[in-house]
Amino acid sequence: MTAHNIRQIVLDIIADIAPDESVDSIDDSKSLREQLDLDSMDFLDIVMELRKRHKVEVPQEDYPKLATLESCVAYLSPKFA
Amino acid sequence: MNYDAIVIGAGMSGLAAGIRLAMFDKKVVVLEKHSIPGGLNSYYRRSHRQFDVGLHALTNFIKKGDKGKPFSKLIKQLRIPYDDFKLMPQTYSKIQFPDCTLKFSNEFELLISEVSEKFPNQIDQFNKLVEEVKNFNELDLNQAYASSRDVLKKILSDEILIEMILCPLLIYGSAWENDMDFAQFVIMFKSLYFEGFSRPEGGVRTIISLLMKKFEEAGGEIRFRTAVTEVIVNEKNEAIGVKTEKEELRSGIILSSAGYPETVRMTPKLSMMASPRVGAMTFLESIFVFEKKIPLDQNDSTIIFYNDSKRYSYQRAENFFDPNSAVICYPDNYESLNREGEGIVRVTFMANYDQWKNLSKESYLTMKEKVGESAFKLVQNLNPNFDGQMVFKDVFSPTTIERYTWHLNGTVYGSIDKTRDGRTPVKNLFIIGTDQGFLGIVGSILSGISMANLHGLMNGAET
Repeated sequence: MTAHNIRQIVLDIIADIAPDESVDSIDDSKSLREQLDLDSMDFLDIVMELRKRHKVEVPQEDYPKLATLESCVAYLSPKFA
Repeated sequence: MNYDAIVIGAGMSGLAAGIRLAMFDKKVVVLEKHSIPGGLNSYYRRSHRQFDVGLHALTNFIKKGDKGKPFSKLIKQLRIPYDDFKLMPQTYSKIQFPDCTLKFSNEFELLISEVSEKFPNQIDQFNKLVEEVKNFNELDLNQAYASSRDVLKKILSDEILIEMILCPLLIYGSAWENDMDFAQFVIMFKSLYFEGFSRPEGGVRTIISLLMKKFEEAGGEIRFRTAVTEVIVNEKNEAIGVKTEKEELRSGIILSSAGYPETVRMTPKLSMMASPRVGAMTFLESIFVFEKKIPLDQNDSTIIFYNDSKRYSYQRAENFFDPNSAVICYPDNYESLNREGEGIVRVTFMANYDQWKNLSKESYLTMKEKVGESAFKLVQNLNPNFDGQMVFKDVFSPTTIERYTWHLNGTVYGSIDKTRDGRTPVKNLFIIGTDQGFLGIVGSILSGISMANLHGLMNGAET
């Protein structure tokens, strides 16, 4: 799966979790938490959706690796390989 | 039948918990004793008119796009867009005491300027209180209980101001008489004064149908007219299922929104280990329908917290009901409502459950009539120039509340004893909703969400 696909997977999940946020203007290198109104509960949702939709497991100690869109893609790429 | 989770009660917290669990593929069933959803915030129909049971106002108002607030959390956790709630903000509300009135609105600055105008020597202290409230972490599930009056007396020296600030917060959410836990005070202060009131267009039905739709879309199952008669607990002190009148259902966890004392009652094993007290606070609601709306130039406020003496007495009424204070709600006075059609005014009095419970059928009706007259007189006094004819009236009492919600003694704010992390001495049995300690519609929904997350999705590990 390409980096572009993985980026889209994460964006789709965020768009569902935060129905009022616009995901078009996200800066890939900046913290998702700061750009969007996401808290720890919401990150848990991202992780649970990755498991539910794509059978990808993210252990709790790896949550910080989901901080930006860039780091999400880098971290998730091997898991989608 | 085997489930991952059983939720007792299809009120706000039960539906919200059900949504969260079903969303992540848990097999969940919500069991509701009544024939319709909503719990303490349900709806009914009389003489071709639709009424909300309890809704005066939805607290925790936010504007679209506001971040980091309880309501924005709710939107994300349930994945319901802001616009779907069709929130109409209040105009303003007031706390009306004999010689002083304080207005507040969804702009907190109004309350600040009211306090500085009417209590000029208290404004610095009031600002200090505001700071204290801002910095308090009310979401910490391990906060120790503290008396709000004690805290307030340390900061403010004007007793009337203390009473006035407490008045709306107590009657909109305290299970304790004349005081409230300070964590609860902070939650309520933020919900009412920082954030404010709104009402969904269409009333409580709008919220209930959003929740029902979401729950069904997520694959949850709901059964009405299904009373849980017993929560089954095994020898290892784990809840393993429930009995209904017809069958036994098994489940890994049970989330009960029936109330803590009510849950104890249906769990014989739990009754040996916990005895949460039934609260004393119950209410009477009079609803008047007028042929037309009260013109805005006569009255444009949304809610009036009325009290006719210097001290605010928030306790079980001495004599059936307490006519000395009331909450008067004008549901027509939310912004962007058209002014056509019938007008509605709602009046809430504090009541005394035991006295209502012991009335004969005949005296019950007479007493209800008396309450209606008293409430009507108050509406007239507050709106002396309104000439609209009353075309319909309904009064409901503590026993009515008990009959439809099965809350012992008709309590609306639940037990005096809350269980903040939802845990009970029985494993896998958790309390959600009012008795977990988050109140009101937004509070109950957040209670259902957070308890389902904590105990149903994360197995008790807090993030």
